Formats: sequence, C-alpha cells, structure tokens
Amino acid sequence: MDRRCFCAVAAWAFCTSAVWGASPGELIQQIRQVGPKGEGHAAAKAAVKELSQAGAATLPLMLQSFDGASPLAANWLLGAFEAVADRSLQAKELPAREFEIFAVNTKNHAGARRIAYEWLLKVDPTAADRLIPNMLLDPSAEFRRDAVARKLTEAEALQTAGKKVEAVAAFRVALQGAVDDDQVKAIVKPLRELGAEVNLQQHFGFLPQWKLIGPFDNTDKKGFDVAYAPEAELNFSAKYAGKTAEVAWTDFETTDEYGVVDLAKALAPHKGAITYAATKYPSERAQQVELRLGTPNAWKLWVNGELVFARDEYHRGTQLDQYRVPVSLKAGANTILLKVCQNEQTEDWAQKWQYQLRVCDAAGAAVAPAKATTSQFRNSSSAPLIAEGR
Amino acid sequence: MLQTLSFSCRLGFAAALMAATPLWTWSADWRQFRGNLATGVAAATDVAKAADLEVAWSVPLVGRGLSSPIIVGDRVFVTSCSGYRQDRLHVACFQAGDGRQLWERQFWATGRTMSHPKTCNAAPSPACDGERIFAMFSSDDLICLDLDGNLQWYRGLMVDFPNASNSLGMAQSPLVVAGTLVVQIENDSQSLAVGVDPETGVSRWTSERPKRANWTSPAVLPGPTPQDDLILLQSSAGLAGVRPATGEVVWNYDNGASTIPSSTVDGGRIFVPSNGITALQVSAGSANPEVLWNEGKLGPGTASPIVVDGQLLVLNRAGVLLCAKTDNGETLWQKRLEGPFSASPVAAAGHLFFFSENGLAQVVKLGAEGEILKTKDLGQTILSTPAIAGKAVYVRSDQTLWKIGG
Repeated sequence: MDRRCFCAVAAWAFCTSAVWGASPGELIQQIRQVGPKGEGHAAAKAAVKELSQAGAATLPLMLQSFDGASPLAANWLLGAFEAVADRSLQAKELPAREFEIFAVNTKNHAGARRIAYEWLLKVDPTAADRLIPNMLLDPSAEFRRDAVARKLTEAEALQTAGKKVEAVAAFRVALQGAVDDDQVKAIVKPLRELGAEVNLQQHFGFLPQWKLIGPFDNTDKKGFDVAYAPEAELNFSAKYAGKTAEVAWTDFETTDEYGVVDLAKALAPHKGAITYAATKYPSERAQQVELRLGTPNAWKLWVNGELVFARDEYHRGTQLDQYRVPVSLKAGANTILLKVCQNEQTEDWAQKWQYQLRVCDAAGAAVAPAKATTSQFRNSSSAPLIAEGR
Repeated sequence: MLQTLSFSCRLGFAAALMAATPLWTWSADWRQFRGNLATGVAAATDVAKAADLEVAWSVPLVGRGLSSPIIVGDRVFVTSCSGYRQDRLHVACFQAGDGRQLWERQFWATGRTMSHPKTCNAAPSPACDGERIFAMFSSDDLICLDLDGNLQWYRGLMVDFPNASNSLGMAQSPLVVAGTLVVQIENDSQSLAVGVDPETGVSRWTSERPKRANWTSPAVLPGPTPQDDLILLQSSAGLAGVRPATGEVVWNYDNGASTIPSSTVDGGRIFVPSNGITALQVSAGSANPEVLWNEGKLGPGTASPIVVDGQLLVLNRAGVLLCAKTDNGETLWQKRLEGPFSASPVAAAGHLFFFSENGLAQVVKLGAEGEILKTKDLGQTILSTPAIAGKAVYVRSDQTLWKIGG
C-alpha cells in the first residue's frame, strides 16, 4: 500500500472512530514518528497504549500502517497489533479473510504480511497449503523459505522414486526461490549428484572480479582511521608507498563459488596490513539494493564515493551475509570500494584476511548486474567510470 | 566496619519493607539474571521437591534461547529467538502453577543477529522491576512490556549505536538497580553502558566502556538504602562501581577481570573472577576498593561464582566444584561434577543446583563437604542459568521450559 492509500484509510478510520479521543489512524501516525535514542517515546507510549485496546476491526488498518514505517516504529506497531490480535483471537473475532488478502499482496510490508499469515494460521491451518506454493519468488524471505521447503520435499521424493529428469527440474525450481544458504546447499548437493551444473556465484550475486592494492600499514590497528590514497582517488595506474614497498593495483578474480576473496593468498599473509579492493557494479536502473558482506576483518565500504559503513572488529567470526548494508545504486556503473584490515594477532584462528560481497534485494535474492562491462573494468587502467563516481 | 553496619541497616530496611509489602514481591520473585540481587541465591527455605528433581511441568518453547527465565509473582517470563536469521524475537509468559501459556509477543530484530552457533540472539536474560519486563537481545533490541504483554516502549540500541555488536553474539543481561535499567553492550568496536529510565525507555546516561568483547553481566553492591546501591560493571579492565542513576563511576578496580564469568557479592564483599578470584571490599569514604585476598587456584570456568551460607563456590573449567572460605580464599573441599557447564549455579536453603550442557541436573547439598544429592538427565542441551522462585527451580533449553519442584 502506498502512502496515499494509507492516508486515505487512516482518514476513514478517523471518521468512523467515535469512541477514542484520537482515532486509530492518528494513534498510528503518532507511533510512526518514534525515532532513535528515545525520540518521541512519550507520545508513542501513550498512543501504543490506546491503540493496544482497539477492537478487531482495527487490525486491517494496523497491518497497512507498517508500510513505510521505520524498523523501530514497526516494532511499536507490532506490539499493539499483537495485543489486539491476541484478544481478537480469544474472542473469535480475528478478521481472517482480511488477513489473507493482506498476506498475499506482495506490495504490502513483507514482515507485516508474514505476521498476518501466522495469525491466519491460528484460525485456518489450511491456509499454508493454499498460499505457500505460490510464494517461491516472494519478496519475503520467510515465505520463500516455506515455499522452497515444499518444493525441496517434492524434488527429493522424485529423486527417491528414480525420476531423475523430473527431480532435476523440481530441484531447479526450488533453487530459483532459495535465498537461505542451508536450503541452497540442500538443493545443490542432489542437483550435482544428478549431473546438473550450478553457478553459486551467480545464484547469490557475488562479485568475483576486483582490483586490489596493498598492503598499507595497519600496525597496532591504527591504519583503520588513516585515509590512504585509494580513499582520496581511484587511479588504477597510480602507485603508492605501501607498508613495506611501493604498491600498485592488480586484477584479481576469485573462483571460490561463495565469492570469497582470500587476500592472504591473493597478495600475501601480511599482518598489520590493509588492502583496498575496488570493483564496478553496473546497475540496470536506479534502485535500492543490499550489499551483503562477510569478513572476519575490520572494514570500510564506500559506494560511489560515499562511506556507507565502517566496522573495526577483528576475528570474531564470519559468515555469509554477516553485514547487510542497504545502499542506493544509480543507473549505470557504480563503484564499490572496500578497505579490509588485518591485525597482528598470532593465533591460528586469527589468520583469515578475506571477504565476500554480494548484491541482492531485501529478501536475499541476487540482483543481477546489467549486461556486459565487468571485463571492461578489469582491463581498464584509469577506470574513468569509477573516478566519475567519486 | 562502617560498610558492615551500613549493610546491616540495609538488611533491616529490606526486612521492614518485606513486612509491609506482599511477600512475593521480595522473597519469591526471581526478577533478573542470577536473581533479584544478581547473587544466584534465592530466599526460599523449602526446596525439598526441587532438590529431589521432581518435574512439576514442562512446556515447549519456540525457537532458541540461552536466557534465564524470570519469575514475577505467579508468572514465568521467557525470551527466545526464531527464524533462519534469528531475527524473530519472542517474549512469552507462562502461569507458574501449571505452565499454561498466558501470552506471547513477537518482534523483529533491528540489529545484527549473527552469533557463534552455540549461542543465539536470545542470550541476555530479561529483567523486571515488578511492573515491567525488559527483554534484551544480542541484536541490542530492548523491549519493555507490562506483565500482561502490553508494549510500553521499544529501543533498538544498534540503531543508536551501529557498531555495538559482537559477531560471536552478546550475552550481557540488563539489571534494574535503584530505579534505573542498566544495559551493558560491550564488544571490540563500540562498547557502551546505558542507564535507561524504566518508565519511558529514554536514556538517563550513556558511558563508554572498554573496547573488548565481554559476556559478563553486572552485579549489585547494596548500599545503606536502595538509592545507594551501586551497579558493578565488569570487563577485561577490571570492575567499576557505578551509580545507576547517573553512570558516575564511584570507584575502579583495574587489575583485570574475566570476560565470561561474572562477579558476585555477599555481605558487602565482592568476589571478582580476576586472576582466579579476588575478594574486594569497599569502605565508606575510600576512593577505591580494598583487595582482601586473591586466590589463583579459584579460577572459574564459564559459570559465575556464588556465595552460599558464607562459603564461596567456584566451578572450574574441569567441572570441579571448589568450596572456599570467603574470609581468605582457602579451599575447604572440592568435588567433581559432571560437566561441561555453561550455566551458572543457583542456590537456596543450602542446596546448589547445577545443569550441565548435556542436560544433567545435579543437586549439591552443602555441609562439611558437598554431597551430590540427586542427578537427573533432562535429555536436552542446557546452556541457560536456572531461576529459583517459591519452592521451585525453573530452567530452560532451546525447546523446553521446566518447573522442577514447587
């Protein structure tokens, strides 16, 4: 639901509310203004208290109110919603039909759709069979997960029955929807056993091609705050004074199917060192995406010259999608610059110096780059497109 | 001496208050991690059925959780997380009498949820001030509900402090002390302690803390009156005595301390997991605490030390329970238990309750030597510190909440 539509519904709710001092729509608007660091708590606290006492008829409006709400405000709204839904369930007044209509509309807030679905299941357990099979490519990762699980079961049954062609087809369909790595692994293993090929770099949207430069000095972890030359300019012909010698940009392409760029191998297992990694992502249009990064090292990330996040933690573990950074891409080439810092710990478990980065949507599905160009980037020395973005 | 007198006055004050208020508000509740005063010791005088490890009821839980249950009146509150990304946060309330679920609320994590596979997002234990539940998660989501599940306020501390996280997961439990909710969120990157107004959720103070991963939870040093209570914030740097209302650091012990087992307090003395155990005492008017003694042989493993009936009990890394004098750290006896242990022990009426990671409940009766009274295999992994309320012990795994005894 877009904002105009929400305002119209809120206005309707205001007009039909004769009991409360403020209408549900007004209460919702008050709650949506809550901000970080306790901002707006007093008004939101009063509003959520009143909204939590609303009747079942208010639930559809409350579901619609999640659209465009900040993650914080969404939780305030969810608190009120759950209180009302719980009471409505006990009174057998849960508006199941409205919940189903809301849940299947992929334009609605993904989290709120899932909440509506879960409350729907409490009064209509058959909804799962009715709705989930159609949600393989849903914008909600949770819905996709359920749909993939069903397809996976179906594929496994076909494989067990010896129907190889049908099983491969079913596994492929399941893989289309899979965004969670455990499910991807569960699909890819039998697919490969059945002779099928799978490109996981493409499936997840990993960026395999990079230009690397380093090492720069990070003794005593002090380099994290030092703006070395690549932070000021991206000139791939330039050479700079590195930690121990002059350093220059080199091309690197990872063949790891999870897109891991192992800097300790690509360069050398330097300690107290920093490498910059740059690449270009051609976007078909201006769009919001998530850059999802996994690294056990400290890092800084720039997109088109703007610092989007920085973190100085070393060797506390790494995993796929460890960090989710929402960014705005422009149409055409977008520069991505990553600073990857290694400290000087000597323990065996503190030797990793690596990263993996992918581009995906909020559900975790890969956002494919626009056709062509990555090889152009690899071979360019001055990289005008990158320089342009800074 | 002054400190001793003050503490006696405080006990007298508490006794008077207990007499004037419903009994459960003081003696039968278990309102936060390691109990009302974070000592691990309950006021219960009869835990015979619990010591017999008689299961009164068990109920299934959703998702995962290492947090302790807390008990307020006749209600048990448990936090969990669920979902592939551990980003669904749950707070559930059960009837203490029969285990019936009264309500459950869920929310969405606003901070990073990654953790080591052994732990999970629902690692910090909730706290309660008698009117409100404060549910904290590793993702720095801090949720305040009333006892009926009505949202009071919601903070996303990682929204406020984007690097206040640990990729291994965080586990520090908040405490309510002297009318302020104190939250420690300490890690390698953005380490903080925050004092929050329990009623509004607005911060009263925020202070920087040592930038080092830390899984310890605060302890309480009772003052002459509740408003004089100090909260003790432990870190790799040591231990700080902090005024809960303002965040003012009153004193520091800066000789280092563990980042896993937490300090405990008994009779005005503080037992810090520091170079083994270091016993501290804070004298009135003194700028810094006095080191009473240090004993390197008393190094605790993951479980926090506990003082019961004037005896200090430490569970070491090998699963050996060491009993020492609180006066000088001299070991009185030791007994091997069946570990390994993540959960801290709790105690009441001279009985200690241990739950191993393998789900083995073990009851030790204190005396001239420790006696293992009873064991029972609960058949599930248990990493959570139990709670004691009334005559019962409550403990949870990922999947199950048990009431034992009562």
